[in-house]
Amino acid sequence: MNAFGARVRSFRRAAVTLLIAAALYEATARSGYFAAALLPTIPAVVHTLWAMLMDGTMLQHALYTLYRVMFGLGLAIAVGLPLGILMGRIPAVEHFFLPLVSVLMPIPSLAWVPVFILWFGIGNVTTILIVFYAATFPMVLNAWSGVRSVNPLWMRAAGAMGANGQSLFWKVIIPGASPFIITGVRQAFLRSWIAVVGAEMIAASAWGLGWVIFDAKEFLNADVMLASLAVIGCIGFVFERLVFGALERATVLRWGMMRAAKG
Amino acid sequence: MLHIEVNNVSLVYDTPAGRVTGVHEASFGMQESEFLCIVGPSGCGKSTLLNIIAGFLAPTSGEIRIGGKVVTGHGLDRGIVFQDFAQLFPWRTALENVAFGLEMKGVPKAEREEIALKQLQLVKLEKFVRSYPHHLSGGMQQRVAIARALAYNPAVLLMDEPFAALDALTRDEMQRLLAEVWRETRKTVIYVTHNVAEAVYLADRVVVMTPHPGTVKTEVPIRLARPRDALSIEFLEHQKQLMRHLSEQAAKA
Repeated sequence: MNAFGARVRSFRRAAVTLLIAAALYEATARSGYFAAALLPTIPAVVHTLWAMLMDGTMLQHALYTLYRVMFGLGLAIAVGLPLGILMGRIPAVEHFFLPLVSVLMPIPSLAWVPVFILWFGIGNVTTILIVFYAATFPMVLNAWSGVRSVNPLWMRAAGAMGANGQSLFWKVIIPGASPFIITGVRQAFLRSWIAVVGAEMIAASAWGLGWVIFDAKEFLNADVMLASLAVIGCIGFVFERLVFGALERATVLRWGMMRAAKG
Repeated sequence: MLHIEVNNVSLVYDTPAGRVTGVHEASFGMQESEFLCIVGPSGCGKSTLLNIIAGFLAPTSGEIRIGGKVVTGHGLDRGIVFQDFAQLFPWRTALENVAFGLEMKGVPKAEREEIALKQLQLVKLEKFVRSYPHHLSGGMQQRVAIARALAYNPAVLLMDEPFAALDALTRDEMQRLLAEVWRETRKTVIYVTHNVAEAVYLADRVVVMTPHPGTVKTEVPIRLARPRDALSIEFLEHQKQLMRHLSEQAAKA
């Protein structure tokens, strides 16, 4: 058994699951129990998706959404990662921020949308801030846990070899916490991706995958909605499996700090 | 002047159950290039004493001098090997692990890799230079740890039961390898173990520690020619002598 064979088999298993689910949907759509406008067949959705891809509108929507996610996620990492690390290293920072994190974290980011619209109006600022809100907490919590889970023996060994301050931080604490940090970025991305679509439905105008779904509701365009959902799913999948999967394979899996998923 | 002096070192710490004496007035001295084993049952304070020498713990009273200088905190004059295989950095290859101390010292990359490679050759791991720790067996990981502790050329090598978690066959092999490394490098070594045969095999002199409170009971010189034969009469005599010292204490307790 080799790695390539295992990947092919894992891919085949996933394909079987998806094909069965698609067949069930198609059978329901064609059964005649539901109006075709509400439950379009897969070929109809594919046709709409193709048309939107060809005229460039889908790309434009996706780029708007990705821009908001990347901006918000970038901010969340820039704030959440250092904050989580400082919380793990300095008790005073932990004591100050932990109650704040505990109170704010359980509030769904979407519950802030109306408030943010009042403060910042409709558009990019509000959607980006919603993404930022959704992504910051998983980043903070994972960085915080990661720093606290660094093996004390590594710290001792490094200290005995003359590491201190900066070198201890960059050469031991950061790589030692890397399984948690990568998980944090991964979770932050997923939360962002979920939050951005919701935020766009209410707070975006004219562009964005969330906006196009919400807008299509007005015209009973179920095929547009489903085509957009498919794009949302695909982009999320690509990031989750390819980008973060590759990041893990290049780091924590290679170092044996995390076990590979049984595909 | 002695190379290392341990003078009346005590460590007392407070626990919820009251004051506990970890080490009580331990004293011994060492010549340069001497291989010293500290032997005793668990709880006799031998690892605690090693941690004080390493500078991870501060003694409540007494002092430790290395090359005449009083030890305060850890420093590059001491290399340390722990029992736990997890002491290596999993994100660094064997070579990068060994080069860590030199990197901290600011030695340029090419030079430190050359030194690290030599250290890995010394412990016979030159074929695994680019391997990550999780691809190495427990014995190999401990060899990397030894190379890493020697790489920045400390005055003394401190070892805390480095082979205790290995199977018996690997342990024998590792003891032979360590005896060879010591013959070649002539390092001053303080080696903590609860294994009497291991102490007789490796040491020039054995310090016997006994618990409640943890203190140095006696010292036994091992004047056997190297390489040592663990099945010779003289070897077994030394082992018996050490066992006697340890069981006297056990009978008292």
